[in-house]
Amino acid sequence: MIKDQEFLKDIASFCIENSKKLGATDVGVKVIHSVSENVSFRNKKLDESNRADSFAVNLTTYIEKKKSSINSSDLSKSNLEKLIERCIDATKITPSDENNSLPDKDLMSKEIRDLNLYDETHYPNNKKIEFLKKVEETASTDEKIVNTEAGFTENKNNFILANSNGFLGGYKTSNFSSSCVAVSRINGAMERDYEFGSTRFLQDMMKPEEIGKIAANKAIKKLGPKKIKSEKIGVIFDKRISKGILSTLASAISASAIARGTSFLKDQINSEVFPNSINIIDDPKIEKGLGSQNFDSEGVETNSLKLVENGILKNYLIDTYYGKKLNLKSNGRSGGTTNLYFENGALSFKDLLNSEKKFLYITETIGHGGNIITGDYSVGASGFMVEDGELTYPVSEITIAGNFKEMFKNITLANDLEMKYSTNAPTLLINQMTVAGK
Amino acid sequence: MSNFFKETDIDTSQAEAIVTETLKKCDDGELYLENHKSESIVLDDNKIKSSTYNSDQGYGFRAVTGEVVAYSHSNDISKESLRKSSENLKDTLKSKKGTYNHEIPKTNSKYYENINPIESKTFDSKIDLLNSVNNYLRSKGSIVNQVTANFLGEHKSIEIIRSDNQVLKDDRPLVRFNVSVVLEKDGKKETGVYGVGGRQSYDDYLKDGSWKDVCDEAFRIANVNLESKPAPAGEMKVVLGPGWPAILIHEAIGHGLEGDFNRKKTSAFHNLMGQQVASEGVTIVDDGTLHQRRGSLTIDDEGTPTENTVLIENGILKNYMQDRLNARLMGTKSTGSGRRESYKHVVLPRMRNTMMLSGKYSQDEMISSVDKGIFAVSFGGGQVDITSGKFVFNCTEAYEINNGKIGSPIKGATLIGDGPSILKEVSLVGNDMKLDPGIGTCGKAGQGVPVGVAQPSILINKMTVGGTKL
Repeated sequence: MIKDQEFLKDIASFCIENSKKLGATDVGVKVIHSVSENVSFRNKKLDESNRADSFAVNLTTYIEKKKSSINSSDLSKSNLEKLIERCIDATKITPSDENNSLPDKDLMSKEIRDLNLYDETHYPNNKKIEFLKKVEETASTDEKIVNTEAGFTENKNNFILANSNGFLGGYKTSNFSSSCVAVSRINGAMERDYEFGSTRFLQDMMKPEEIGKIAANKAIKKLGPKKIKSEKIGVIFDKRISKGILSTLASAISASAIARGTSFLKDQINSEVFPNSINIIDDPKIEKGLGSQNFDSEGVETNSLKLVENGILKNYLIDTYYGKKLNLKSNGRSGGTTNLYFENGALSFKDLLNSEKKFLYITETIGHGGNIITGDYSVGASGFMVEDGELTYPVSEITIAGNFKEMFKNITLANDLEMKYSTNAPTLLINQMTVAGK
Repeated sequence: MSNFFKETDIDTSQAEAIVTETLKKCDDGELYLENHKSESIVLDDNKIKSSTYNSDQGYGFRAVTGEVVAYSHSNDISKESLRKSSENLKDTLKSKKGTYNHEIPKTNSKYYENINPIESKTFDSKIDLLNSVNNYLRSKGSIVNQVTANFLGEHKSIEIIRSDNQVLKDDRPLVRFNVSVVLEKDGKKETGVYGVGGRQSYDDYLKDGSWKDVCDEAFRIANVNLESKPAPAGEMKVVLGPGWPAILIHEAIGHGLEGDFNRKKTSAFHNLMGQQVASEGVTIVDDGTLHQRRGSLTIDDEGTPTENTVLIENGILKNYMQDRLNARLMGTKSTGSGRRESYKHVVLPRMRNTMMLSGKYSQDEMISSVDKGIFAVSFGGGQVDITSGKFVFNCTEAYEINNGKIGSPIKGATLIGDGPSILKEVSLVGNDMKLDPGIGTCGKAGQGVPVGVAQPSILINKMTVGGTKL
């Protein structure tokens, strides 16, 4: 059973009081309890069952402008007393930094709205097993599928965030997720693909048959890939990976990267970074949203932000510390983005595929080839060739490369946005990237 | 040594009784207890950005029968919590019946001392050193735009209680010291990163001003990159330098030779045992026994002593890396490769220090044999798709080779290849094997564990370089 708010509040108060007793001038603390149950299947047999019951305390103490932190999983008061003492000792001898402080009181979240983030339904392991059997049943109907794996995870969380300025808030969240990985084989060569669903409420989970079928179909379609010649070509990013462009944007406009001068978008605020048809929103208050939150990781009120409006960069992602460095107020983005998405484009998926004679359609990238400082981008990729609007054959063992600054300016969006993850993008086309192959 | 049952309502013999009772109808399993202390002190942008101390303790209770693993973990070491976990494991495996395998070899070897690196250097002296790093690098001129330096230190005590009351213990120190510098010249910015570490105290890596060598290397890499031109795109010859570039071996070969993927037949290598998978002259081992290395372990996380496992000998595939579960199901022995990130994670077969051994050629011979290609000296990370065998890694320092001569530095680019065939493209193996500086972390199934790599210079006949210049 997940612990209630009173239990977590008691520990948070204990940490704040004891830290103050030992000389802290300010204190911030988070206490978390989570229970997670996972069942996984492989080739229609039970493979693993895993139950996790975890506590965590994250405490930061300040003495004027000096700061230090401790984290622990042991909530016993004797352990916490020892760690608080250690934290205060370290705080005393850490050099001060004028930007260290708790958030301004007037920015703190005042009320907690029920965003429908907690489903108390417990899905017992025998139900998870039935679900997974159906997933694998549908995934393995085609004889080209030689291996299937499926998993179901149920997660319940509760937390309290508090500070010595009187802020105290927290709430329960839940998450249900299910995945299927299918391996296909032809002539001794194998390919792997997957499908994945994640929801706040059990009732919103994809049907097991759908998860299995999508994973298998994708794995089969990838069989017999070709390596293509090196060339400059328009690259279409499948929805599963187009959201990566937004994650890059989020790193590049975080206040830390801007203040440290280590972003390729430094000094680009109020400039045109994308084509003028593009709008990018970060909205924390979506009901049942996977990235939804009432306040950020410092307790600061968080509201919907237009990060990019008509192609123009309008906002950074600002926390208290780097906000002070930039002379800007926190906009409740300590901890990053919430529900981040591109607004839909004008073209249908089909029209996008038909907008040129030939494209490369990428369904997967591998490697960490994005450089936030220079904007240079180079990753391994696999996908399909598109000729006259049709996916003609699978492609693999190639790379795609460019620079984010130019890539951003050459984006065309389709209108097929779905809210499936916390960061979401429609299918998108980037004109003229360099593909390295044969 | 941690006493896990001090200040709890349960003692060792009661815990042993619960373990024995829970596992009596199982093939394998154990109670794994862990106490983990770690610190991170970061200097960034001329300031001590953060100092954090972490203290984590808990257990992972595992029962294995046939192919099925039941696992339950908690940070609450108490009679009630263990009982609840025990019920949970028994419930999962209620319809299964196994025979407990008692065999765990003994070892008297020790590959590192039981020291706590966090306590063996004062907090003040760590702060002083970070400030010295900042001042030293910034004294190199206004070209220095940003300096980040950090200490990461940890001490982990583990105890494994098996069904026959066998208790195995290990205490593991680990440190890492990193420096990252951003240089700016003519509006162009580039980064250089370097670090050192292993299973000793910080001062073993930093004394006598050797911290300056770490700074100089980071500065040198950034400086080289300021002059870099766009990288070429397409297939060409690639010379890899010795040491850290061996993450190619780790990604291309290492993951594909882990026991689980081969038992499940999802690895591109699963049907290649005994076959030629690399050029003659290529020998690759995975060694857990190197003294004080980042990837070394006295015993693995199932209690098995580690060893030096030969994976590929003179081009022939000889062994996979095994934990107990996959070894049992494949009819072989654990190679001491069963590892987990923490008590919160199940055991998986993992790499330790993966090394390609020296051959007979000099690096100069390799470079002078290349008409057009690249020379890659340092890398960021890599990744592999086990099933298709395709893998990538990212250059952080590389040069063009034209007519047998090293030319201009080139921008960071991803290199992509095919695991099962890449080692057949290795045409020359160098005589200059080098270990990496002790900074690697390998990720698999969401678990990170410290690893090492080593290799000599090698010449690869054909690889795809993912630059922008056609």
